[in-house]
This record gives sequence, C-alpha cells and structure tokens, in this order.
Amino acid sequence: MNGAQDLGGMMGFGPVQPEADEPVFHAEWERRAFAITVASGFCGRWNIDMARSARESLSPPQYLASSYYEIWFEGLRRLLTARGMVGADELETGSLLRAPLPGISAVPRERVAEVLARGGPTERAVASPARFRVGQSVRTGNLHPTGHTRLPRYARDKVGTVVALHGGHVFPDTNARGEGESPQWLYTVAFSGRTLWGELSSADSVRVDCWESYLMDADAPDERQDGRQDGREDRRAGGPA
Amino acid sequence: MADNAPHSHPNALSDMDVRVRALETLLVQKGYIDPAALDELIDTYEHRVGPHNGARVVARAWSDPAYKEWLLRDATAAVGEPGGFGFVGRQGEHLIALENTPKVHNLVVCTLCSCYPWPVLGLPPVWYKSAPYRSKAVIDPRGVLADFGVSLPAHTEVRVWDSTAELRYLVLPMRPGGTDGFSEAQLAALVTRDAMIGTGIVTLPQSAGANA
Repeated sequence: MNGAQDLGGMMGFGPVQPEADEPVFHAEWERRAFAITVASGFCGRWNIDMARSARESLSPPQYLASSYYEIWFEGLRRLLTARGMVGADELETGSLLRAPLPGISAVPRERVAEVLARGGPTERAVASPARFRVGQSVRTGNLHPTGHTRLPRYARDKVGTVVALHGGHVFPDTNARGEGESPQWLYTVAFSGRTLWGELSSADSVRVDCWESYLMDADAPDERQDGRQDGREDRRAGGPA
Repeated sequence: MADNAPHSHPNALSDMDVRVRALETLLVQKGYIDPAALDELIDTYEHRVGPHNGARVVARAWSDPAYKEWLLRDATAAVGEPGGFGFVGRQGEHLIALENTPKVHNLVVCTLCSCYPWPVLGLPPVWYKSAPYRSKAVIDPRGVLADFGVSLPAHTEVRVWDSTAELRYLVLPMRPGGTDGFSEAQLAALVTRDAMIGTGIVTLPQSAGANA
C-alpha cells in the first residue's frame, strides 16, 4: 500500500536528532502500550505482517502526526476490533460489554521468556528451485498493491544485482491478508544510489531484501510485458547459493 | 525541564495515559493478557536486553578471529547458540553481521517500519523509528552521518541496508587503534549502539578521566 509508512527518499523532515542518554521509554503509557501490544500478539489471532499492515492502514496525515507508540496503539485497536476480540463499543466506553472470544488464554509471566526466545522464525522450505542466482541482474516489478507489501516505492521498477540468496521465507503480502504464508525465495538486491536517486545521492549502494515475486530477469525484456512467469522450467537459475 | 515541554506536569495524566490504561484494563478483564506478563515484557527490554549484548558480540569478534569468521558466516548461530552468547528470539530470528572496513561502511535502516535486531540491541531509539532517519538514510546516508557528527573519507563506499524482510542486520564496526591488549570487557565498553547501526564509529577516549 502506498501509505505514509513508505518513507524512503521523502524530504523535508529535517535532520535526524539523536537524544543523548535516551531512555528506552519516554512515558509510562509507552511502556504499557508496548507491553499490551506484544502480549496481545501472543494470543495468536494475527501475525507480524498483519500487525504491520494495521499500522500502515492509518491515513497518511494521522500516521505522520503520530508518535511511534501512538501508531502501535492505534494499530492494536484496529486488530482487536477486526478480530472481534474487543467491540468498538467497548473501545469507546472502556467498559467490558461482551464475553471474551473463546479459546484465548493469556500467556502468564513465567512463560514470557520462553515465548520471546522462540520468536517467529520466517524461514520455510520452498519446493521450486530459486529463479535467480547471486550476481544476476534483476529488475523489480512496478508493483503498487493496495494491500501490504515490503517492496518500498523507491525500489520499484529498478535494476539491481542479487548479492545474497537467503532461502525460503514467509511472503508478507499474502500473510498480511490471511491468505497463507506462501513462502518464496528471499534475496538481497543491491541497487546503485545513482539508479535509485540520480546523480546527487550520497548513497553508493542501497540493499533491499526482495521476495522472488518482486523480481524479474533484467535481461529478459519480454518479462516486463508478459508479467511473471512463475514455475517455468526454462527459467531455472540454479539452486541456493 | 523547560516550561513549555509537553510533559512538564508529571502528575496530570495525558490523553494517551488514559486511553492505554483503559485498553489494558479491558484486555485483562477479558482474560487476554496477564498484567504480570506485561511487567515482565517491560523489564526484559528496559533492563535486560539492550546494546550491551551487541557490544559483547562485537568485542569478541574483535578479539577472536575464529569467532569473527563464525559471526560473519552465520550470525544467527554465532550470537544465539550456547557456544556464542545465547542471545536469541523475537526480532533476531535471522541475524546477519555486516563488517565495516576502511573501504566499506554499512548503515542499517528500516524505511517501512522499525525493524531492528532486538536480541543484540534492544528496542530501537526514537530517531531510528522517526521520519527524518527513515526518509533520509537511503537517499543521503552521508547527510545522516553528518547529523551524528560522523564524516567518512570520500573513497569509503557507503552501503545502506533497508531491513525489508525478517533479516536483522548488526554492523560490526572497525576496532579503534590503540586498543591492543584490551580485554573483551574493556573493548565492549567502547562499543556504542550507534556504531552497531552504522550511524557511529567506535573511538577511544583520549585518556582515562577525559570525559569531554
């Protein structure tokens, strides 16, 4: 989604302003907003891609005017109501008006460390061979999905070079919509600063992690016309590097 | 605190205080979350997991060539396995270490959100999550470095890594000169969070007692 979260290359925000001896949290409500967001995620009713998608669904004016934990809090409210865990009337009144969704039990304190340590690995087996190899020239798709995606606008329809192949990973674009993990090969693609930004950028190269369906063979111009050609035997580009 | 600072009345509950407390209460009443688990989460990331973890990893890589080779080859294992440090889990499931050299300087950003290697660096600072950094890092990384007071030679390649997937990047900064014979603990004390993101470089204080 071409939302306000996709900030790369925007101008006018002013200098980065590091804070000396910055505390982890700046207010008690930030501590609580952080913790209730993570703990609510433990209930298992959404995945990390859905959580990111919820935060990105804030309108651009609201997103840009909100602090980080305000965005988290608003995203959490949207997830809780979308899943029916909390009613909109309950959010409005702050009162318990409905029974909880069945089948959810809170993760107790003594299990927090274990759940955090397990994390959420995204590596998965992919049956088909990787289409691209390290060193290959690839072009990113000119993709503007209305849903969640992890291909930033600045890196769309650009030619770069594959510099790493990481194995199969959960595909966020489908996972965010509840359409399954649909794992794909994940690559790191290096773009020159000049390719992305022209002559004046001070970036020598920018590296973006790209799922396979974001990419096409840069030396096969017909692919731009015909779109993706998934699974074609003759497109095999070798196994994992 | 300045008179016009937004939090100059610590006894008055802000709108966000009220709203977050109300939602927390509701979620506890529903049985979805355990209040004690919230305290544990906060304590974990406020007091236990932080850049001191990453600093130990960097110090060992500077001290032990075999460990450095392991870290650069498989950072997830070198950081997470018992033979490494046991720093594992959420937002560090797939770690990659990037070595800074005189030729290449690596800088890590997440333009789309706030992806950050929690097990080694803790929760990200505000500037890392903010629009100025996320917008500027990919188009003008040297300008970002200047915001941090860092200037690199013109011949150093600046490589920016946008954390768009679940790979989490840790920068292995250059070891400063004059640290021969330093213990791992002494080295770790020099390593800053910013140096492990790529917005800083590790320097040796002029001398003991020079606090400026």
